[in-house]
Parts: sequence; C-alpha cells; structure tokens
Amino acid sequence: MMQESSVLAIGGGFLEATVRTATPLAFAALGECISERAGVINIGLEGSIIAGALGATVAAGVLGVGGGFAVGALAGLVVAALFAFFTVGLRADQIITGTAITMFALGLTGTLYRSIFGAAGVALDTPTAGVVRIPGLAELPLVGGALFAQPLATYGVTLLAFVLAWYMARTHQGLALRAIGEYPDAAIAAGITPRRYQALAVLFAGGMAGLAGATLVLAQAGTFVEGMSAGRGFIAIAIVVLGRWRPLGVAAAALLFGAANSLQVLFQSMGWQGVPYQLFLALPYLLTLLVLAGASGRAAAPAALGKR
Amino acid sequence: MRGSARALAQLGIVLLAGLALLSLLLVATGHAVGPALAALVRGAFGSSYAITSATIVRMIPLGFAGLAVSLAFRAGILNIGAEGQLLMGAAAAAALAVPLAAAPAAVGIPLLLTGGAVAGATWAAVAALLRLRFGVLEVISTIMLNFVAQYLTGWLVRGPLQEPTRVNPQSASLPSALQLPVLLEGTRLHVGVLLLVVVAFATWWWLTHTASGFRVRAVGMNEAAARSAGDVAVGRTIAGAFVLSGLLAGLGGAVEYTGITYALYENFSPGYGYTAIAVALLARLHPLGVLGTALLFGALEAGANAMQRDAGVPSVVVSVVEAVLILLIVGADRWSDRLSARAEAAT
Repeated sequence: MMQESSVLAIGGGFLEATVRTATPLAFAALGECISERAGVINIGLEGSIIAGALGATVAAGVLGVGGGFAVGALAGLVVAALFAFFTVGLRADQIITGTAITMFALGLTGTLYRSIFGAAGVALDTPTAGVVRIPGLAELPLVGGALFAQPLATYGVTLLAFVLAWYMARTHQGLALRAIGEYPDAAIAAGITPRRYQALAVLFAGGMAGLAGATLVLAQAGTFVEGMSAGRGFIAIAIVVLGRWRPLGVAAAALLFGAANSLQVLFQSMGWQGVPYQLFLALPYLLTLLVLAGASGRAAAPAALGKR
Repeated sequence: MRGSARALAQLGIVLLAGLALLSLLLVATGHAVGPALAALVRGAFGSSYAITSATIVRMIPLGFAGLAVSLAFRAGILNIGAEGQLLMGAAAAAALAVPLAAAPAAVGIPLLLTGGAVAGATWAAVAALLRLRFGVLEVISTIMLNFVAQYLTGWLVRGPLQEPTRVNPQSASLPSALQLPVLLEGTRLHVGVLLLVVVAFATWWWLTHTASGFRVRAVGMNEAAARSAGDVAVGRTIAGAFVLSGLLAGLGGAVEYTGITYALYENFSPGYGYTAIAVALLARLHPLGVLGTALLFGALEAGANAMQRDAGVPSVVVSVVEAVLILLIVGADRWSDRLSARAEAAT
C-alpha cells in the first residue's frame, strides 16, 4: 500500500514537471500560432529555438538571467528575419526555406558553441532562473508546486496566452492578421498590406521561439547542449494544430505535451523498470503524429496557410 | 542546352558563394583560413586513399538519400525523412543478419539489401498514409519519424540486436561473407558505388521514359491540373512516389551497413538524410545530377573531418554551408523568376 503522502508527492512532482517542460513549448507554439494566423508556416522555428538557447547561454554568463532571456529572444528574432527575407520578401517556398534555416541554425550554433567553449567544454557558470514561490499558494498539496512555484517564464507565458487571445479577438490588428491568413485578397482590398503584417508576425514568432530556447537553458537544463532543441520547433507546430490556432487552446495543448515529456519522471519515481526508456523519449514525437492525424477533417487551419 | 549551361553557371556561383561563406565563418571563429582549407582539400582529394576511402565512400549513402529526396520532391512530396528511412533500412539489414549469419553471400547479401529497402519503404509509407488519409503535413510527420527511428535504433542496439558480449551499444559485427565486396584492394571502396550508379540511371530512366514516371512529374508540377486532367490517380501516384523514395533511402542504409560500418549503432548516420536535401536541390532534382552533387558533398564531409582533425575546426561547420547553399538556390530561383516576369512585362 502506498502512503497517501507519497502519492501526493509523486503526483505533485509529475504536475510540476509537466508545467515546467510545457513552458518552452508554449512560448514557441504561441508565436507560431500568430505567424500561422497570418498565413506563414515557419518550419524554421526549430532554428530560432536553438539560436535562442545559445544566445541565452552566452549572454546570461555576462549579463545575468534577465539579459540571457533578452538576448535569447533577439537571437531567435534574427534567425526569423532571415526566414522572413526569403519567404515574405522573395516569396520562396516556406517549407524548404524553413528546413534550410533549421539546418543553418543547428550548424551555426554547434560551430559557435565549440569555438566559444572549446570542443569538450561546457558553459559551467551559466546562471539559472530561480523559482518564484507565491506565498501560501505554493504550499498547496498536489498543485502548489505545479502552479505557484515556477520560474518567472512560466507565469510570463501564461499571461502571454491571455494577452494574445485578447489581441486576436478584440483588436483591429488582430482582425487584420486573421484576414490575411484566411483571404489575402480581401485583406488587400480593405487596404491592409499583408507583407508587413506577415513579416512582423514571423519576427514575433522568432522572438517567442528564442524565448523558448532561453527557457530551455535558463529554467530547465542549466546549460547548452548541441541540438538541444530536439525537434521542439516541429512539436510546437503540432501544438498549434491541436490548439486549433487559438492562443488559449495552444497553451492548453502545450500542457499535454509537457505531460508526455514528464511521464518518464512519473514512471521512474513509481519504480517501473520494465519499459525501455527510449519509449518515453519517443513519446512526444509519437504523440505529435497522433495529434496531427486526429485533427484531420475538423481542422480549422487558416485558408491561405503556406501559400506564397 | 542553354538552360543547362545557365544551371551550371548558377551552380558555380552558388559554390563560390559557399566557399566565401566558409572562409568568413573560419575567420569569425578565429581559425586560420589557409591551413583549414588546405586540410579540407587534402582530406577530400589529397591522396588516392582520401578519394576512394573518404570521399567516394561518403558519396554512396548521400547519393542514395539524395535520389530518395529528388524523387519525392519531383512528385511534390517534401520528404524530410530520408534520415529515418535510411536508419530503418540499416536496422532491418542488421536484424536480418542474425538469422542469415551462415548464409552464402549470393543469397545473404541480396536479402539484406532487399530487407533494408523494404524497411525504408515501410517507414515512408507511414508518412504517406498520414498525408493521404489524415492530411498530415509530410514535413512534420517525416521529421517526427526521424526521431522515432533514432530512439528505436537506440533501443535495438541496447536490447534485441546488441552484440553478444552485451558491453557496447551496437549490433554484432556482420560476418565477412555477408559484407559487400571491396572494389579496390587496400581501400574501403565497395561495390555499393556501382549499385548507386545503376540505381541513379534506373531512377532517371523511370522518371523520363515511363508513363508512371510521367505521372509523378505531372503531379509534382501541378497537382490540381493533374487531378482535373482525369487520367492521373493523384493519391496513388503520391503514395507510390513516397514509398519508392523511402525504398531508395532504406537501400542506402542497408548498403552503408553491409559496405562500411558492418554494425548498427546509435549515431549510424551523421545526418546523411538531411544533407541529402542539399544534394538533391543542388542537382536540380535530376537523378544523374545527384551523382555529381553527392560526390561534391561526400568530398565536403570528408574534407570537414580532416579539417576538424588537422585544423581544429568543428566539422558541423559544413551543415551551415549546406544550408546556405540551399537558401542561395531557392533565392536565386525566385530572383530569376522575378527577372523573367519583369522582362515579359516589358515586352
């Protein structure tokens, strides 16, 4: 018989890990949600995440955690600017460009990391974002740790989801953005310039993906590892589908993927040894496939998504 | 002919730009450009051993994966999954090697290669099914399947396929009777290169001289037009091209396993499936062109290894160059489209 207190501890640990690992995914997916509503699918998101991760690692050592987040966002934005130049500027194929941008950023971050920190060296003195405990609430059983003892980035991304939901639904710009993604010709007739909106939406998505990378380093891993984005940019695109292109839905969908990431923690603490650990590592990717397959037929993708 | 001369000129410009970028990166990361580039050339072409056992040996998997990507892109399928399909091809060959350990070469080798091709085709069929039945973007599904293939391989080499002493995370060494014959004594060059050339010609012939090959190109050029033309079963054509693409990548994995590595392990492919995208695009998706660009990228990767060894330059720097080459080609295409549109408007 398991003690009630240990059930609470294990469950609380699982929920805490779920929210923590969902945070970078939510940042990236919320950015991608805006970009897709404007009709641009940014497969280069992965590149912005890894650039943000390296930018944050380098900057945090000099400027501290806050500077790390700022430079991480900037690095993601720069990568996205390259993507915007080719896709929005030259109207090049969004998918091939995005794939190349991802390769570019993975290679460049690997090269720079080894040049800065040495072939086997690690960024040992990277400061990390501390947990902000909400007094009183953080001590709640089960959900206290998950909801009220998280790094500032988690509270930030929650707020971002609500702000974006309001922006998309209630502002003129949000409406214009949605019009561009649904029916660009009508938007142009209404005097909207799609390219400017699309470029800004892509840059915003890049900045958010950069924050995702920064969160990965400063609030999770504590250091940079080559290729540590590990497909999160692509998972974020699936999260947008599952969240049906709505900011609050996207935030909720990110939690599901956080849970998939955290199942390993749960089963380890339950002492479940029989299942190969690779299955847990593969789980988020399998879940992505299932989600995308399940979303078919009733998908509400912007009509002009991916068209150039 | 004018078109191909222009394509060659464009290729030259793109390559020069790639070289310039590489030099810039070397300077930016504090490496001496001269010695690094010298090491690159030496590692790729410096000796007959470098050419046969480093450059051409890398050309083979890049060529098979490049053919896979070319074929898919020709059909309008953005198969980014050559990496996973190649890995599954190698894994299937390694699994078949267990029961076939005592088989004679004439039976064993064809079975290993066929098994690898079928496994690659099966892995691609998952993504094809997801696209045709559920409308899942194949870019995302194939990338997800690459990760799954990676972890599946990791499990296989620590579980069911681990070598008998159970020390190293890799499969048992392939019996020498089942290894692909070496072409030149004293080198690592194996008959896989001949197979690659044959397969490239077969792919080219199929695309240009058969009705089904024509359907693939028609669907790739304009899916809506092919659909309304009525004669083309678009779904079946896409499925067929997708599976065939996976088959080529899987065959490449089996060839790499039976020709070079003789064992399966976690980092079996240093990203051949991703480099293959650059290989295919630089070849303008032409199967025979792939032979040339695969050789080029084989040289680049062989040279990059030498550059890391002799000049301390991280070898991942080549993936930056590869990515920039893709961007330059895509950008140049759009640029010339625009110029010709402008010229048309002016007349």
